[in-house]
Amino acid sequence: MATADVTALPARSPREIVARAHAASRARPRRVCLVLAAATFAVFCVSVSVGDYPIALTDVIPAMLGFGDQATVIVAQDLRLPRAVNGLLVGAVLGISGAIFQAVARNPLASPDILGVLYGSAVVAILVITTIGTSFALLYGGALAGALAMGVLVYVLAYRSGVSPYRFVLVGMSLGLMASSATFVLITRADIYSAAQATVWLTGSLNSAGWETVLPTGALALVLVPATLVLSGRLRTLQLGDDLGRGLGVEVERSRLALLMAAMGLAGAGTAAAGPVAFVAFMAAPIARRLTRAPLTLVPSALTGALLVLAADLLGRRLFAPAEIPVGVITGIAGAPYLLWLLARTNRVGRGG
Amino acid sequence: MVRGEQATTAQPRTVRWAYAPSRRAAILALALVTLTFVALLSLAVGSRSIGLSTTVHALTSYDPADPEELIVHDVRVPRTLVGLLVGVALGLAGGLMQGVTRNPLADPGLLGVTAGAATAIAVAVLVAGVGALTGYIWFAFAGAAIGVVIVYGIASFGRDGPTPIKLALAGAAVSALFTSITTLLVLRDLDTLNALRFWLVGSIAERGGDIARDIWPFILVGTVLALACGRLLNGLALGEDVARSLGQRVVRTRALVGACIVLLAGTATAAAGPNVFVGLVVPHVARAITGPDYRWILAFCAVLAPTMLLAADIAGRVVAPPRELGVSVVTVLVGGPLFIALVRRRKPVEL
Repeated sequence: MATADVTALPARSPREIVARAHAASRARPRRVCLVLAAATFAVFCVSVSVGDYPIALTDVIPAMLGFGDQATVIVAQDLRLPRAVNGLLVGAVLGISGAIFQAVARNPLASPDILGVLYGSAVVAILVITTIGTSFALLYGGALAGALAMGVLVYVLAYRSGVSPYRFVLVGMSLGLMASSATFVLITRADIYSAAQATVWLTGSLNSAGWETVLPTGALALVLVPATLVLSGRLRTLQLGDDLGRGLGVEVERSRLALLMAAMGLAGAGTAAAGPVAFVAFMAAPIARRLTRAPLTLVPSALTGALLVLAADLLGRRLFAPAEIPVGVITGIAGAPYLLWLLARTNRVGRGG
Repeated sequence: MVRGEQATTAQPRTVRWAYAPSRRAAILALALVTLTFVALLSLAVGSRSIGLSTTVHALTSYDPADPEELIVHDVRVPRTLVGLLVGVALGLAGGLMQGVTRNPLADPGLLGVTAGAATAIAVAVLVAGVGALTGYIWFAFAGAAIGVVIVYGIASFGRDGPTPIKLALAGAAVSALFTSITTLLVLRDLDTLNALRFWLVGSIAERGGDIARDIWPFILVGTVLALACGRLLNGLALGEDVARSLGQRVVRTRALVGACIVLLAGTATAAAGPNVFVGLVVPHVARAITGPDYRWILAFCAVLAPTMLLAADIAGRVVAPPRELGVSVVTVLVGGPLFIALVRRRKPVEL
């Protein structure tokens, strides 16, 4: 629509036409981001307001800031807020991480959850759960370390005078499947209580989320998200292929390493906080790309991921209340129909992807 | 100058080495011999080791009075048959799936097969109270078929029809949806969890002759159709436009491949649960041996996949007796490092 406006106007100079087209192509992602952010904020507030002890929507923001009667403030600040913030963070970091993986590997199926890379952290976490028991620091640190170790291992094994996206994908897939097999063997060998606990962790859950998970995940996100945004220009070039990227003067290999490590760190931070929440990393970027109609979408992917996790957690809490369903059980139900609808609706040539 | 000479002498050799038809046929024959040997081994090896002469005797002139021959006849022959059938089906389905989605990450379960089958089993146990493996094999098959039909239906909207990227995305999204539904059902009911827990591991243990009898017609038809798809997939691999300009009916090809996938992957998954790794890796191995020609890739898939499956099944029987390790776990843990070594050694033939 916006491009039609540009051509309809009397053209003054080529430079101006390009500038207008450029502005028009940026307007849509920006609008989409605004809508997504508003929706995320709305779900965030609803998520703080509903529960066994309901808080009126008008009281939510004051209560979060510490105003209002004491009981409301305690429920909001100590119970609901950490959970909602966790959901927000986990969704955002998984969404960005998935977008980077899919772009670097140039494959829509190459998100860390479909590729199985997240099982690097799962192996360590399940090992902790089944042998030592749940110690928060060990579980969090182990899961994060597992994700990073997996990332380094995939990169090193796929490296042979450079990492071709194709080899990266195949090595990641094999290592991920090996890690997931090891995880399932560990679960079958464990006693039933640890096994049940491990299963909940594996589907991804915010049930035990508190401020202590917000801190490390938030800190990691604070460092890594700006880093990825700075690198995102190079990501755009990497998407064109190695040869073209090199021709355009990008240090392909170094950019790829930096981006993948940042993405692994983000995936690890998200997984450590809530377990490998199913399909968020996979779905966020394709949904965001179809909404913005832009080729690369880190911020919209983060917002989509956050919205997805928050909405899924809200559903999981209220669907069979008072029983709580882990968020990872719902993410597929919450996001997949929407992605499918978007897929079915794309009817123009070239927008099929 | 020296560099130029090296290039001219080295290049044709690396290109020609394995791709010459006579060489490929020889390797295929070797692979067939290996498969025969592994199949015989699968009859002889187990918690009770049985000599090859007894095994052959049980096959040629069966004597029910001999307990060893009884084991071979009643337990090991059906299991090996199921392994062979499932292996052929998974290998071919993996090759077809990677060909039609042009995605190296496509496994036989991608287009909603595994997730659809799992949901159907969960529903069967929960609603219909089906208990036995033979009872829910048909539910699993129906679920797999429904999954593929939904994926194709959604991917077919729009002017282009089911493009590779839409198929892959729709497949993964439908799988996500079905997986979530299954988990939700399983969480509500422990019996369902119990039934599904064992199916999800992926195994050919305790599969009797009745299952082999049930599945072979499907897999036979699927195999014949799949082997005929090789030429069509070669066309698709050049890109849709080129394929169309070569006179291929792209939409019809994709529908045919979809039907094959329902027959092969659906049956295999229903009978043996999800064995993702075999179908994922074998096409890559076949491609590394033969080059990009799908007629050869599919032929190799059909031979290599059952070899891998049966070998892994044998290893799972002997590694920690008396317990058995599921075939899918063994394929991944043993096959994974080997596959990574292969990927590192060779320049992969990209899709």
